[in-house]
Amino acid sequence: MLQLLKTRFGQGRRTIDFPGEQTLPGRFRGLPVLRPELCRNGCSACAEACPTEAIQTSPLKLDLGRCLFCGLCQEACPEGAITFTDRYPLSFRTRDAMVLDGREVELATALDARMRSLFGRSLRLRHVAAGDCSGCAAELAALGNVVFDLGRFGIQFVASPRHADGLVISGPVTANMRLALQQAYEATPAPKIVIAVGACALSGGPFRGAAHSSDGVPPEIPVDLYIAGCPPHPLSLLDGMLRLLGRIDTNERRPAR
Amino acid sequence: MSNGSALSSGRQADHAWLANGTALSLDALATRPLHELLDAAIRAREQQKRLIALFPFCDGSGDRLLMVAADAASARLSATSFDLAGAPGWPSITPVWPEAHLFEREIHERWGLVPEGHPWLKAVRGHRELEATPVSPAHPFLRAEGEGIHEVAVGPIHAGIIEPGHFRFQCFGEEVLHLEIQLGYQQRGAEQILEQAAPARRLAVAESIAGDTAVGHALTYCMALEGLSGTRAPLRAHAIRGIALELERMANHVGDLGALCNDVGYLPGAAYFGRLRGDFLNLLTEISGNRYGRSLVVPGGVRFDVTPALQARILETIEADERDLRDTFKLAINTPSVLSRFEGTGSISRQTAVELGFVGPTARACGISRDVRTDHPSGVFQFTHVPVAVAEDGDVMARANVRWLEVTRSLRFVREQVSRLPEGAVRVPMSPLAPSSMTTSLVEGWRGQIAHVVLTDDSGRVARHKVIDPSFHNWLALALAVRGAQISDFPLCNKSFNLSYAGHDL
Repeated sequence: MLQLLKTRFGQGRRTIDFPGEQTLPGRFRGLPVLRPELCRNGCSACAEACPTEAIQTSPLKLDLGRCLFCGLCQEACPEGAITFTDRYPLSFRTRDAMVLDGREVELATALDARMRSLFGRSLRLRHVAAGDCSGCAAELAALGNVVFDLGRFGIQFVASPRHADGLVISGPVTANMRLALQQAYEATPAPKIVIAVGACALSGGPFRGAAHSSDGVPPEIPVDLYIAGCPPHPLSLLDGMLRLLGRIDTNERRPAR
Repeated sequence: MSNGSALSSGRQADHAWLANGTALSLDALATRPLHELLDAAIRAREQQKRLIALFPFCDGSGDRLLMVAADAASARLSATSFDLAGAPGWPSITPVWPEAHLFEREIHERWGLVPEGHPWLKAVRGHRELEATPVSPAHPFLRAEGEGIHEVAVGPIHAGIIEPGHFRFQCFGEEVLHLEIQLGYQQRGAEQILEQAAPARRLAVAESIAGDTAVGHALTYCMALEGLSGTRAPLRAHAIRGIALELERMANHVGDLGALCNDVGYLPGAAYFGRLRGDFLNLLTEISGNRYGRSLVVPGGVRFDVTPALQARILETIEADERDLRDTFKLAINTPSVLSRFEGTGSISRQTAVELGFVGPTARACGISRDVRTDHPSGVFQFTHVPVAVAEDGDVMARANVRWLEVTRSLRFVREQVSRLPEGAVRVPMSPLAPSSMTTSLVEGWRGQIAHVVLTDDSGRVARHKVIDPSFHNWLALALAVRGAQISDFPLCNKSFNLSYAGHDL
């Protein structure tokens, strides 16, 4: 018992203040900032370097739904038109809003008043991995540890879709998981929300076009929140969920150009 | 590196030898008639070789079956091919070399060839209700029958935040008589992309074969390409790769020790180990910009250097963590309620582990000294030795102990490597791949041996890229570990292995 208390004391308090300013390791690659005005005519070095065809040139556009945040485009660009920042808010309400073109980024807004009144202070989620390499799953699981402590926000992962207010889906949705995913969606009582997490669930990611991939959450399952990353940092996940619940004001922390 | 070894006089060499990650010209690859496969399997087993890969390929002169086996005693790999010559199958080698069981099932499912007499020729990744091809006919779950016997079906979607798979238990009361594990839900088609996509995409897919083993698979992938192209990554790159590989190992082992504590209701262990896991992921972020070390290992070296400031930060972090880790492990392991659940739970015998060819901590916890870093060293492990961690009992406690020992040894390794990083570049340009060649690269990932076997065609393009994740060898270990156990111990047993679904399904 004494040893336990001693160890407990030694561990200290590890839970981060959130929302609040977080410092991420220097090389962390978060939201990329685009400066299309720097592009040289006819240059497509970034698009050629991109592993997932996330970039279009003339005019320069980058689809965060396909982006793996590998930074190869930044490395390839001779003009510095793409720069990855350490900004972790990477959640969006529509897929279209994820296509960056150098203008201001439209981060996720809150659910409507009725949904907020239902889920705002208590949200139960069921995770469905559908071809997830375990990267996104591991970051979702990490939300439960003492550092991120998801429970303090009233958000909890539950064992059954019947106990859930919504689904969190990761992975490109494999052929063999499509039926199970559909059944889990139908088993979740309405009104419900769907959160798609990671490049695979958003676009197929590196598995786009693979033999057994559906290239992300199929159209019959409407998505309320998209969170970019490969995998998204736990802070991106936490930030996205709190934005959806209206507990982070989108205007407050909107990244500037 | 190839030099044929003629074992019998007066005929072509039985097999060609190659070292981990070196190339072999397909001309030097022995081709034997298919009817010699069974004998070759019997001999390989007698010589205590381990099966690394078994799959068919076509090199223009016809269809052949490639068998790669590892000989730990000589630190070499042997490669033999067998001429399929339009044959519909062969007498199964599984009865004489049980560790071939899943390889033959995979061949049957994917290529339609029939290993005659295989004891359980069920589809590995296909599903009855979803099956589109007639290659893998429906194969029901093995059922136990009798009074008081009942069946428990779990999955594909499990209760926690975890990948999907289906577990079918045959139980008598609380006792598990048999568990059959049906995977395949995660199958994406990774190998096909590794063969056909643009190079940057292939690397991203390699990193996503099992997302918690991004460094391990990227390293195995890059070693294969470097072997085929004769590219030598600089020493500094090898050291940084080694550091990342061991950080990945520590993150996963520490995370799983926490999860084991959680599964027996010991929450201090779960909380402290869970937090400490994050420290290792954060160190990987410091190096590569990604918590799982993605984008770090590239063909020809590494993309990011470890600066002096970063060296200091890594040393500082692991010193503080080592103290906390020791305190936490001691605390957990001196708690009677933890011990009583860990000890004697989910046992596997040494003999079973040898016969079925288990790898990694699963094998080492059964008293088998088997570790690619020692048996087939490559990269930085050619210059420094990480002692193999072995335990004897084969139970949850043994697996926890092996993982803990590996954490302490990886800590020491990282400290040594970071304090004396070789000078120089971290990346060299890649040369083109040699045409009509093959290579096999092995890396000891945190779950065990990762293998990539790559063959090129006559123009130097990748013709076949076969990936064998350690989980492919080890899933059966979980099924056997819970046999005779209480079904309520299943989550604990499962976590003690923590196998990859995606890595198995690819």
